[in-house]
Amino acid sequence: MIDYQQYLSKTAIELEPSGIRKFFDLAASMEGVISLGVGEPDFITPWNIREHAIDALQDGFTSYTANAGLLELRQEISRYLTRRFHVDYKPENQVIVTVGASQSLDLAFRAILNPGDEVLIVEPAFVSYTALVTMAGGVPIQIATKAENGFKVTPEQIEEAITERTKAILLCSPNNPTGTALSKGELTEIARVVEKHDLLVVSDEIYAELTYDQDFTSFASIPGMYERTILINGFSKGFAMTGWRLGFLAAPKEMISLMVKIYQYTTMCAPHMLQRGALEALRNSSDHVEKMRQNYWRRRNFTVQSLNKIGLNCHTPGGAFYVFPSIQRTGLTSEAFAQELLEQEKVAVVPGSAFGSSGEGYIRCSYATSIEQLQEAMTRIGRFIDNFNN
Amino acid sequence: MKLTTEELQILAILEENHQVTNELIAMQLNMTEETVQKHIKKLEREKIIVSYPTLIDWNKIEGKETVEAMIDVKVTPQRGVGFDEVAKRIYRYPEVESLYLMSGTYDLSVTIAGKTMKEIALFVSKKLATVEGVISTTTHFILKKYKHDGVIIEGDDDKDRRMVVSP
Repeated sequence: MIDYQQYLSKTAIELEPSGIRKFFDLAASMEGVISLGVGEPDFITPWNIREHAIDALQDGFTSYTANAGLLELRQEISRYLTRRFHVDYKPENQVIVTVGASQSLDLAFRAILNPGDEVLIVEPAFVSYTALVTMAGGVPIQIATKAENGFKVTPEQIEEAITERTKAILLCSPNNPTGTALSKGELTEIARVVEKHDLLVVSDEIYAELTYDQDFTSFASIPGMYERTILINGFSKGFAMTGWRLGFLAAPKEMISLMVKIYQYTTMCAPHMLQRGALEALRNSSDHVEKMRQNYWRRRNFTVQSLNKIGLNCHTPGGAFYVFPSIQRTGLTSEAFAQELLEQEKVAVVPGSAFGSSGEGYIRCSYATSIEQLQEAMTRIGRFIDNFNN
Repeated sequence: MKLTTEELQILAILEENHQVTNELIAMQLNMTEETVQKHIKKLEREKIIVSYPTLIDWNKIEGKETVEAMIDVKVTPQRGVGFDEVAKRIYRYPEVESLYLMSGTYDLSVTIAGKTMKEIALFVSKKLATVEGVISTTTHFILKKYKHDGVIIEGDDDKDRRMVVSP
């Protein structure tokens, strides 16, 4: 018998397993589950986009593309970023098409981190941030946000967390799992700290298209921040294209050239035919995107009101498709709450603790599901809480 | 007529499902039920909301199977009233499901529902063809409905293929 432990990577062994994974196995084994645990749109990719990918495959676009992606697509991305978010990037040397925004994050950290460099991560946060920083040799430093601040990070909190090893801050607005969106003013305050301490910002803007009560502001558009920002976005959420695995990254060209170097050794390029489909997403799909956004907005309003009525208090999130209610009145841990809710009422939610220790006492409910399903889920959660009170 | 964003949102909800309660609409749009009711009443009064029909697949019901045909009708327009008088004569038959004035090689498009092909054939020859002003008819029987009024009748395009839990 081989003792594999001695052959395997210590870094990989020591990575925390995703808290979502554990829960997935349980939920997947049950029938009749209504899931509010899904971190992706319930819409299928609009047909015109699918059709373009089919055409590309039919026309034989099966070769590699340039490492950074089709120039045509990078040009389209560049125009999109200017049109939607007022930031200008040169398609030739400032944009990379990646395999999902996840890979953009990976490239960003690999390109900027030296061993021991610290990255500030605003929590609750997307499950992979901490692991990605660790795998790139960096040290993740968590900043816990609070419900009473609407899960917004304050400049003071950032100041407190900064050491001489701090290299960058990772921001995600609108946020997964809290749905919190930062305003232009709030981003500007953060930018002052960034400038003062000479830091970089990795800005995960994957939910940019799903912003509701105010216009989305890209961190790169804040004065002075363009040079310091690695902007990450993609097609998954706004265009309902999660399974395509297409993201993109825009940054100063000095960083991009390094990232392209890493990318060519690890991945080569994103799938050619899917990149062709993505052209159609940027060219002719803004009506679809807007329609989906309005749909999420309506469901958000319903979900927030329903949860507050039930007595699971939550703030009104400004973006994404998550609400993050408190379950503290039940006295249960968020994992126990999620498990009991699943077993008793067959509603799947994700325990807040899966997104970092500051998520303890909360659950993530995704409203990327039909209004009928949401209604039924709220009835079930209401019953669960009533039974709990008695 | 120009509508407010709220009214357009209400229409978007009702277009998908007119059975939703005012309470559910109100919750989705952050307004009171009274406001929703007021908006809907106005939309009905202005005939922007024309009617609330239900899409029924009769062919699934034994003994209720129906045959439908689309008939291209050429018409001589009448002085002063154009096609409207002929159209009126045609749409008053209860067998007529829909009636449109068309551009192109014919004038009126008539959809007829009946129990059998024979019933439809009889309607066309006995009633439709004899309406004053009708010059000719071409009958096309509908063999299968894939999509009707924006709704896909069969198929699993709506199926949720996502994993139960994902990050």
